[in-house]
Amino acid sequence: MYESGSPEAEMLGEKHVRTLLEGALHACKDADQAEVLLSTSDEALTRFANNTIHQNVVERNSMLRVRAVIDKRIGVATANSLEARAVRDAGEAACTIARFSEENADFQSLPAPAGPMQPMNAAFSEETAATSPEQRAMAVQTVIRRAEAGKLVAAGAYGTSCEEIAVANSLGVFAYQPLTAAEIATVVMGETSSGYGDRAATNASDIDFDALAEEACGRAARSASPRELEPGDYEVVLEPYAVAEMLEYLAYIGFGAMALQEGRSFMAERMGQKVTGEAITITDDGLDPACFPLPFDFEGVARRQVPLIENGIATAVVYDSYTAARQGVPNTGHALLAPNPMGPLPGHLHLMPGDKSLEELVGSLERGLWISRFHYVNVLRPLETILTGMTRDGVWLVEKGQVKHAVKNLRFTQSVLEALDTVQGIGREPKLERSGFGGCLVPALKLGRFAFTGKTDF
Amino acid sequence: MDHIADRALNQAQVAGATYADVRVVNQQAEVIAIKDGKVEAFARSSNEGFGVRVIADGAWGFASSNQLTAVEADRVAALAVSVARASARTKRSDIRLAEAQPVKASYATPIRTNPLEDVSVEQKLELLLACDAAMRRVKGLTVAESSLEAAVEDKLFASTEGSRIEQRIVTCGGGIEATAVTPDEVQTRSYPNSFGRQAATAGWEFIESLQLAENAERVASEAVELLSAKQCPSTVTTLILDGTQLALQVHESCGHAIELDRVFGMEAAYAGTSFLTTDKLGRFRYGSDLVNIFADATVPGGLGTFGYDDEGVPAQRTGIVRDGIFVGYMSSRETAPLIGQTSSGTMRADGWNRIPLIRMTNVNLEPGTWVLDDLIADTDDGILMAVNKSWSIDDKRLNFQFGTELAWEIRNGKRGALLKNATYTGITPQFWASCDAICNRDHWQLWGTTNCGKGQPSQTMYVGHGVAPARFRDVRVGVA
Repeated sequence: MYESGSPEAEMLGEKHVRTLLEGALHACKDADQAEVLLSTSDEALTRFANNTIHQNVVERNSMLRVRAVIDKRIGVATANSLEARAVRDAGEAACTIARFSEENADFQSLPAPAGPMQPMNAAFSEETAATSPEQRAMAVQTVIRRAEAGKLVAAGAYGTSCEEIAVANSLGVFAYQPLTAAEIATVVMGETSSGYGDRAATNASDIDFDALAEEACGRAARSASPRELEPGDYEVVLEPYAVAEMLEYLAYIGFGAMALQEGRSFMAERMGQKVTGEAITITDDGLDPACFPLPFDFEGVARRQVPLIENGIATAVVYDSYTAARQGVPNTGHALLAPNPMGPLPGHLHLMPGDKSLEELVGSLERGLWISRFHYVNVLRPLETILTGMTRDGVWLVEKGQVKHAVKNLRFTQSVLEALDTVQGIGREPKLERSGFGGCLVPALKLGRFAFTGKTDF
Repeated sequence: MDHIADRALNQAQVAGATYADVRVVNQQAEVIAIKDGKVEAFARSSNEGFGVRVIADGAWGFASSNQLTAVEADRVAALAVSVARASARTKRSDIRLAEAQPVKASYATPIRTNPLEDVSVEQKLELLLACDAAMRRVKGLTVAESSLEAAVEDKLFASTEGSRIEQRIVTCGGGIEATAVTPDEVQTRSYPNSFGRQAATAGWEFIESLQLAENAERVASEAVELLSAKQCPSTVTTLILDGTQLALQVHESCGHAIELDRVFGMEAAYAGTSFLTTDKLGRFRYGSDLVNIFADATVPGGLGTFGYDDEGVPAQRTGIVRDGIFVGYMSSRETAPLIGQTSSGTMRADGWNRIPLIRMTNVNLEPGTWVLDDLIADTDDGILMAVNKSWSIDDKRLNFQFGTELAWEIRNGKRGALLKNATYTGITPQFWASCDAICNRDHWQLWGTTNCGKGQPSQTMYVGHGVAPARFRDVRVGVA
């Protein structure tokens, strides 16, 4: 298992990784506690624009991160060489930093082992690991040819990656997982319009490149000759691309324990209260085989499924060992890379699907906007969950369930929770979006009110 | 480094590359962060590797590795060529590079004190803990954060055209952040700049010049004061921007818009294209007559200052906007010939494992003639905004919206009440056309932006912006 015989990916294997981590822990023998995180990766990305491949890159790298604890003083050292001397140097550097550092009284302990952890087969694909530059180029050619046939211009990127992630600590934790991912996104442009599509999968052979090309080109054709529309409040249907981006910002500002403990999260004052419409249930699930699973966090703690919002009620946030100990609650296994003053965050958001097709959602708009995706979103006021951003790559005005015409892009300035409070329909087909080391699985949404505050020239 | 470079270049040519360059890079970095009296982060990192960029069959290929061995140099160079051959499946024409003279040279950031080797850990912690204590003395403060960051990067560039350039780039940055929280409000104040720190290509002397501890109590008091400040009104008014906010305005609405690869659609699928299309060069009115902008990789201390770019082209100062007219781009050896020019030397990679892209160097707004107090006194009714808090701009760099940490009413030429949650929005050329005053060189300062993102795989670049406060008329403020 997990032996990539192709020249595209060089894997160390669990046995070799364990030996490397033990060597690094040995270099920290003077520390009270120590932790080693290892990642190795072979990553490739074929980028295209103007219907041609213009950038095409391949990278082999590794990262060894050592965290040493001496009298509640913590030091971290990172190296990207796995040679014995570099590993030893990283361990010794972490200990030296810890000795010179100041005590963190809130630190309790690195996590203790909670039983053996088996790698998940669903997280790895031989096909993805073995993807060659030629195969990536042929996939991109599928999109380019469809664009050319429609007298359109395609841009985008197709990336494949093969990684190994492992964590060990001096208390006996050991966790190892090989991972693969394939992800392609394209923006297809016409004279006056553009259309977007993306696909992501653990196994590259699960991606239907023809369907992706058809989706993006179709959207570009339908969004031609957009007309200006006055900003204001509109009901909207957000396609999963837009929903995923909105939810990821909500998670960033609200679903982590550090933000909760510092009062920066909207959850701090509203836990147990209704924060969205009843139809909204948001969960973090790092074990779902369909959503780039990673069974443990970056401290080697098993991930738990965490209901964040259940039927509109604020239910829970995610924890790592530090924030869990500080609050005296169970660790949910959501640590990010140390050192991390931001605290834990969810990495596998799921929005529970409903029972409507996209056509039914759009068809139910009285007078509203059908939005493909958002662009350059940013947080204005975290407690009120107010974001701003632009629409992009396809917006249409819909009246009495009929698409009237494409619309020039608009700026929105909107509270996410207030928008979700007006939910009127949820799509039945969740879409997988790649997000950081994990993913996001979300359907389309129909929302009763969304505030657009500005417009642009295209 | 030389051995790996030579081996990779030879192997790339043997494998069929008609052009190849190699960068061998070693970066040592350190970050220290204190939060509420506790050391939240104290980390050192060592990162080294090499990347080989080739043209074969008329197309680009790139491969990189962290393993600095001769065997790996052979594998990576051959792989780069096979990647280029895969690229050639879709090529429309052969890649052609602008002429560039082979360079044999070296460059090092001028510094007085090496921040990694010549400053003790105790000294760094003492500074940050002093900042932390001063902030936490302020009643009502919820979170106090302070941080330092430093890096030393040694890199060798060599090409099959005969260039061989060694550079040492030293960067240093620091900052403090104070956050006050009530059940329905979060307000943060930062110093000298938001999102972590102010930074420069400089040694430890730069950190000492920031006077972080001296400003800590004031910044924390402002965070608490903001909780009870008035909301920024929703209106159309005169706007004065301080240097930190104006730096980001230049960054988003000018800096990214003048990247020639973006103009040619090479970033279309990611952050988008640019409204500054090539038909506008030399004739489009970008701003008022007062607006003069240069891209300058030679200005001392700028976070985008270097000796040679990552294609081996010397650092330059290029006119971008002259008397309000758009006159220049930032370009590369591949893109410059497409508009009949040579490279302006702005190709930069954020590591050995990334290809160079056209990146901002220091995109600077030339100073005007005003003293800030006189400018405020000359403003009957308006708002002064300072220190960026949020930013967003459309995918052609036209419609923007920014938020700032601080704002004050201006009434009858006097700075009045503090305002919170200030935002402003506009369309790029209309906004710059409304600029009717820029402060003088005494107010001009270089600001470092440490989180400039571009490219796939993503690259984060350090860039600089020299600006002095400026005034804009009829701006829509208070959007949210």
